[in-house]
Amino acid sequence: MPEPTSDATADEGAAADDDTETAPEVPSIDLPSDAFDAVLDALDGRDPNDPLRFEGFSVARDDGGYVLDPADGDRQTGVSERELHEALDERAPAVTDWYAFERVVGEFGPRRAFLRWLEDADGATVATRYAALAEGIERAWGELKITATVTDRGERRYDVRHADDAGVPVDELDRYDDPLDARELVKLDEKGRYRPLKTAPSLADGWVFPDLGPRDAYEAVEAIYPATVANWHREREGELDVSHWRETMERQSGIYGVVKTWDRGEGHEHVDWVAEACCDDSQCLKRREWQYDDETDLDVDGGDGAFPCREPCSVVVSAARKWTRLESERPRTYEFELTPSEKEQVEDIIDAVADGRIDEIREADTKEGANRYRTRFLRAKRFDDEGNLGGVPTEPDETGDEE
Amino acid sequence: MQSLVIVAHGSHLNPGSSAPTYDHADTIRATGAFDEVKTGFWKEEPHFREVLRTVEGDEIYVVPLFVSEGYFTEQVIPRELRLDGWDVSEWDSDGLSADQATLVAEDIDREVHYCGPVGTHRAMSDVIVRRAESVTGDPDVGEGFGLAVVGHGTERNENSAKAIEYHADRIAERDRFDEVRALYMDEEPEVDDLPEFFESDDVVLVPLFIADGYHTQEDIPEDVGLCEDHTEGYDVPTEVDGTRIWYAGAVGTEPLMADVILERAADAGADLGTALDDVRETTRVATGD
Repeated sequence: MPEPTSDATADEGAAADDDTETAPEVPSIDLPSDAFDAVLDALDGRDPNDPLRFEGFSVARDDGGYVLDPADGDRQTGVSERELHEALDERAPAVTDWYAFERVVGEFGPRRAFLRWLEDADGATVATRYAALAEGIERAWGELKITATVTDRGERRYDVRHADDAGVPVDELDRYDDPLDARELVKLDEKGRYRPLKTAPSLADGWVFPDLGPRDAYEAVEAIYPATVANWHREREGELDVSHWRETMERQSGIYGVVKTWDRGEGHEHVDWVAEACCDDSQCLKRREWQYDDETDLDVDGGDGAFPCREPCSVVVSAARKWTRLESERPRTYEFELTPSEKEQVEDIIDAVADGRIDEIREADTKEGANRYRTRFLRAKRFDDEGNLGGVPTEPDETGDEE
Repeated sequence: MQSLVIVAHGSHLNPGSSAPTYDHADTIRATGAFDEVKTGFWKEEPHFREVLRTVEGDEIYVVPLFVSEGYFTEQVIPRELRLDGWDVSEWDSDGLSADQATLVAEDIDREVHYCGPVGTHRAMSDVIVRRAESVTGDPDVGEGFGLAVVGHGTERNENSAKAIEYHADRIAERDRFDEVRALYMDEEPEVDDLPEFFESDDVVLVPLFIADGYHTQEDIPEDVGLCEDHTEGYDVPTEVDGTRIWYAGAVGTEPLMADVILERAADAGADLGTALDDVRETTRVATGD
């Protein structure tokens, strides 16, 4: 189960420094003119009593020019534009950090929080973050590996790829630059089967977005795992709106309206089974936060995913509709004859299908109960011409031959 | 900041279901008329329930990529988007005239302009005609041709037939095609008997569906007799009982659909600049061979 790294790991591909005791070096940054212009723009017309704050200093406008106020030094007044440029260039990491988040990333909460989290889970200083970014900060998001770096102009760049492709050179992967291309990458699994659930752990590998800017990195993640960042952000803000099973099923209408009748006030074991079937980490990377209702937790684990699942999804609702109908049947007693090995084989087959293992079972591996030859043998021996197990009709009044 | 949200059905089973939605979103994105263009689905992700929280803008236009007014546009979408105070009377529609309603979406506590479906917009008639041009490869197709506009009948949705008739009537009034008929899958006149309803040797069959899927790729081709079994495929045109049928597939896949989405947003007050003209131009059928 992929999990976000708890702290910035910045070891991969690092230029090996013999002295491992030394803190990583802050890269040398040249102040780009767009960042400087953005500062001038921000100061233009700004109240002189409301300085623009950067890490370690602030800048304000005054009559004769600018005021520079370093936290660790003397306040300088009457600073010319040229002198201001010089001063900001000396503090280029702090200025480009301000520019990256205030001007490039922008205000939108989920995007800003996510990009911030990518490089700064713990409120680190600019120097610490830039030093880590210089070597590459890696984060996991579902099956993705996202590596954030910084250029010598203080711009953030992101490499987004499948975690299984960690360490693979870019030119050995299919390269993409438009984040919307990710919509095609998520459509089919590696066997070419349609993925109706984008957070299923079946993302195909072999591709890379090697050089995205901040907004495009967010858009790529959004295309691969839609709305996961928005929900993660709400959760971090303590505002995740969870809709539990009961209220979600009560809301359904049309062909799904029937699902609410499955809740008969006899407990929630049926919903435990649904969650075990559909919401386990082996089936979906979202961490299930919804329960039976707001007072009754389900008895199965919600998983360890980085991003939350706030209500039963459409795949679960559709499957629940089927189960509502199937589970309205009363159990019956059937009598079959099976050898002990045949009983175990039936169990093996169910396990293999449920765990998605059938493709792994080798053609000649007859030790496996779910092996195809073994299964065909069982069918040949135990099914009658109508496909009835043990020759026992499903309906008790059915006979082997039609009247 | 102006945002467009296109909401569509999507599918758990058919990987191609979302393709027209994405394609039209891309066409509109390229015009630059909106600061952002998002897509949301009933059966895919982001779901209707969660799409609005991915939207950044404060002028939000939601356009349903559905063919008619009915269950989805009147109940499911407003409920799942959590449009506060929604009532179908907001649209004051006769089944064809829904334009827009401005309501607060509780999910984001911001107003959204909830538009009528694309299928009932007058511009949809142009898309049906454009679809006929595309499938025949003739930008002037009409003379010597019949046009069949096909949809579900009333069994599934009483407004479905209204939309089909509306467009068939409007196109007939233009006197471009020799004959125009509305045909249905589950009521009279039935698409199964298409050759009986036309005198023309050539008939373009345009199904009023958003995406290709079971109905347009399996049901209709088999019912009309284009093939015995859809897995065999069929030619365009295919002759059935003396009528050459030019089967167009789902009209919703026609690039000009992007225009109808824009029209819906414009009717609701979106500022589009030259986007409508741009889309009509970029989606045009090439002239000549």
